[in-house]
Amino acid sequence: MKFNVKVWRQSGPNAKGGFKQYAVDGILPEMSLLEMLDVLNEQLTKQGEEPVAFDSDCREGICGTCGLVVDGMAHGSRLKCTTCELRMRHFVDGGTVTIEPFRAKSFPVIKDLVVDRGAFDRIMAAGGYVSVNAGSAPDANAVLVPKDIAEKAMDSAACIGCGACVAACPNASASLFVSAKITQFSLLPQGQAERERRALRMVGQMDQEGFGNCSNHAECEAACPKGISISNIATMRREYMRAARLHEERAEAGGGG
Amino acid sequence: MSKPCFLSSTIGRKVIAAISGLALVGFIVVHLAGNLTLLLPDGGAAFNAYAHKLASLGPLLWVARAGLLIFFLAHVLLAIGVRLDEKRARPDGYALKASKGGPSKQTLSSRSMLVTGLVILLFIPFHVWMFTLNKGTPHAMVEVHGTLVKDVYLAVVTAFKDPVKAWSYVAVMLLLGFHLRHGFWSAFQSLGVLRPKWTPALYTVAFVFAALMAVGFIALPVYMLYFGPNPETLRVAVAGH
Ligand code: HEM
Ligand code: FES
Repeated sequence: MKFNVKVWRQSGPNAKGGFKQYAVDGILPEMSLLEMLDVLNEQLTKQGEEPVAFDSDCREGICGTCGLVVDGMAHGSRLKCTTCELRMRHFVDGGTVTIEPFRAKSFPVIKDLVVDRGAFDRIMAAGGYVSVNAGSAPDANAVLVPKDIAEKAMDSAACIGCGACVAACPNASASLFVSAKITQFSLLPQGQAERERRALRMVGQMDQEGFGNCSNHAECEAACPKGISISNIATMRREYMRAARLHEERAEAGGGG
Repeated sequence: MSKPCFLSSTIGRKVIAAISGLALVGFIVVHLAGNLTLLLPDGGAAFNAYAHKLASLGPLLWVARAGLLIFFLAHVLLAIGVRLDEKRARPDGYALKASKGGPSKQTLSSRSMLVTGLVILLFIPFHVWMFTLNKGTPHAMVEVHGTLVKDVYLAVVTAFKDPVKAWSYVAVMLLLGFHLRHGFWSAFQSLGVLRPKWTPALYTVAFVFAALMAVGFIALPVYMLYFGPNPETLRVAVAGH
């Protein structure tokens, strides 16, 4: 297969970027989009041109490192699919493939298609953890979790933190990511100790990072390679309201938040 | 930790936008129910009685109007704020933009909330001017069940005999339908009351609700324009003021 690849090139964070078009040939239908970019980069290197910078790691849809906007859609047109799992057979032979970085003020471009998703790390640091006693590992099943709760928490925990929700959202909101984390911990017994603080802090950090608000377009759910549901966002809103109320009550009772 | 400010958080703002939006929804449901009495073939008796009842609520009417205004202002300010985030949070846009379909609820309706909302905002002063303040429409009194009341029916019938006015109403009410198609569903999601299994059902209910509201409000001017009584001969028997 051959393609006309229209790709965003930007030499550095503050450089002015623009689209460049390249012709690539000899692409196999079973190659992933990233492998197609590998072929392109080999070609560019041979020609003495700077290869296109993009992120990837596992290349099997589990790490959340890859992430490109392909033909206007985060991770391309396939539902529940990461960019690394997107196969070239889904594209029209001889057609144009437009590749752009994830765009959000909170995800600044570092180079070409690589963006800085450090905002997600800071949101996690603000509350995406549980406190445990250090020391020997606890006995398995010492803390009981009902099966249905475990399943639900797992659905939320499936989030790989790729940021496609932000990229796809018309408002560049991080609500799906943050809500998946808050929901996952709020369901589990291990997450109870920091439950209120977590909701307040993670949402606070999300807002501080400058992500947009949510208009309930649900485009994030469609873009999510793990199919995380927007019902997580509903849960996050409930958790936040509950936490804000309890925070007030505790502050009145003289305790800390 | 720093004190969280609920109202300035993204979530708090959505909650207020949703509550105020639903309050406005409550208002338009009552408003439509009252207005549908316009369709009764009784020369406007039921409608005028309804309008008179509202007008004679006295201070209560002013409380209701103040409440409505507060909800309206809260809704407009917060909803516009939410939408302005679009530009702020993504200053550099995409060259290509497409919806992925599937579970996405991104529609013409969801994308045009600000535009449809702003049209409603511009429409309301005209609406109040014409019917509440009764400007540019005939002033008259009419007898309903033995009392002399303001003939709002005549004002409505006269106004909608003008095709420009009638069709402008149709257009605005169509946009209201679009606003409600996304808004009604969205409000429940914003309040966090949706369970996963309710989402598809409520999304359908929102469509039916929005369609009913739009059809109801559109039916009135269309009926008056093409099938309504002639305002010239409507009150020949009644002495006008
Ligand atoms: C009869 C009048 C109106 C009704 C019944 C109504 C109803 C609603 C409802 C129920 C929502 C959903 C709220 C949420 O999801 O948080 C909404 C959203 C919205 N409304 Fe209205 N609205 C009205 C007038 C207006 C006006 C005058 C504006 C003026 C700009 C406006 C702008 C918006 C916007 C921009 C949104 C989307 C907010 C978002 O993206 O989250 N609305 N409306
Ligand atoms: S590279 Fe790991 S998910 Fe795509």
